[in-house]
Amino acid sequence: MWTFSSPRIVFGEDALDTLSEISGKKALIVTDAGVVSLGLLEPIIQRLARRRIRCEIFDDVTPDPAVPTIEQGVAKALNVEPDWVVGVGGGSAMDAAKAIWVLYERTDLAAADINPFIDLGLRRKARLITIPTTSGTGSEATWMIVLTDPADGRKLGLGNRECVADLAIVDPAMAMGMPPQLTADTGLDALAHAIEGYTCTWRSDLTDGLCAHAAAEVFEHLPRAIADGSNVDARTRMHNAATTAGLGFGNAFASLAHAMGHAIGAVHHLPHGRAVGLCLPFTLEFVAQTAPERLGRLARLAGLTTHEGGSGAQVLVNAIRHLAGGIGNPLSLSDAGIEQDAFEASLETMVGMAENDTQIITAARSVSSGELRLLFESAYDGRSVSF
Amino acid sequence: MAFRFPSDEWIQELSRQLNESNSYEQSAKDWEGDFIFVIAPDGSFAETAYLFLGLKHGKSTGAGLLSSIDEKPAEYRISAPYSTWRKVIDGDLDPIQGMMMRKLKLEGNLMKIMRYPKAAKEIVTCCASVPTEWPKG
Repeated sequence: MWTFSSPRIVFGEDALDTLSEISGKKALIVTDAGVVSLGLLEPIIQRLARRRIRCEIFDDVTPDPAVPTIEQGVAKALNVEPDWVVGVGGGSAMDAAKAIWVLYERTDLAAADINPFIDLGLRRKARLITIPTTSGTGSEATWMIVLTDPADGRKLGLGNRECVADLAIVDPAMAMGMPPQLTADTGLDALAHAIEGYTCTWRSDLTDGLCAHAAAEVFEHLPRAIADGSNVDARTRMHNAATTAGLGFGNAFASLAHAMGHAIGAVHHLPHGRAVGLCLPFTLEFVAQTAPERLGRLARLAGLTTHEGGSGAQVLVNAIRHLAGGIGNPLSLSDAGIEQDAFEASLETMVGMAENDTQIITAARSVSSGELRLLFESAYDGRSVSF
Repeated sequence: MAFRFPSDEWIQELSRQLNESNSYEQSAKDWEGDFIFVIAPDGSFAETAYLFLGLKHGKSTGAGLLSSIDEKPAEYRISAPYSTWRKVIDGDLDPIQGMMMRKLKLEGNLMKIMRYPKAAKEIVTCCASVPTEWPKG
């Protein structure tokens, strides 16, 4: 027995107009200063104003939001008393919105208490809307929340099925202004969601199609979106692919590349999508040593090859490296600018973090501490994995 | 040799296997917290059984069949019907998915246990490694 959760999703051109149809009194918009400065809140506030919904803004969300930031947002929510919480931005803003919403509803809980094993009883005070301004996180469609523990800098994998938004608005206009590097990083995050959702042990018949389709879309349209950011079709396809991948992996799980990427992000502050996308070929090579079948099948479904099995798995890995290299992303942690001394000094910390990241439990191949160490070293050098 | 589930011998064999597992030792090196597994009756099993598993710093500190849930204190309790435990031990049900679907009920400090996902997985791996004999229904 398993389950599938999804918000109501309104997507495509003019999807934001859906905001002109909702009812309520007050909305708390959770976002970051970058989104505000780009003017991306204006069309949202205008549409809510037509419904006489007054907006308050919490724009203190930082990348990889830490628990104290969430607590500040909760204090604001308790003061504003919104009946809608609206997360606008990338994964950090939308994850922060989810956490603020939960703790506004459940003042008896702490952020670290948000886990999938309890009944939260949400939606007594407010409902949640998610509006992505990047094409990658998938957070708009998932129940997951990633925060940073200020005590040790570790990423906290939190969430509960009830944290799925009531409404996700996936309007490509919100992502049109992304610069090429952000497009590349977030696009590789979407690819990692699609591939890990397809290959992890919690995959299911209901998620396979979403993940395979999303992977094919990213391979085809990410280079187009980077080559010409004004290409509405490429932007739309990537925006939809990211949400599709979010639905897929959000109802399966992610896996090793995310466990490693979270650790790299926490220690070396690489953007999430860049770190995860960089790790992905290495973790897939590791999995392919013992379980190449699903990788090969995915390569075929994504239109990369007509073969399955081990050769198909290698085609998939090669295609990821070709895509990442083609859009100018680093293929090793060394290329990403991490100094050798800093890498070596942080290696054991990263192994420990990855080993206790929630995403590791669904790896298609169990990984030991020693193997994780070798995987990090391979990723540092850009050396293919053959163990 | 197969060990009947649930029994004192079965949980002691699990304890022994955990103490031989380098993977478990590594992943749980900071862990402190004992478990009681509650096996509730269903169509295949008529009684309620309580299995105690002591865990500290990557090692199992002891194990045994309890006569009641109050016989020993434990920080965590995982409760499920017998047939659900069988699915977990046979590898047919991922216990974390089972807990998310409320097939297994976990009581204790969830915030703490969420920080040790690999250790939890290693325990399940060891469970699956215990040669198990199932009572006839």
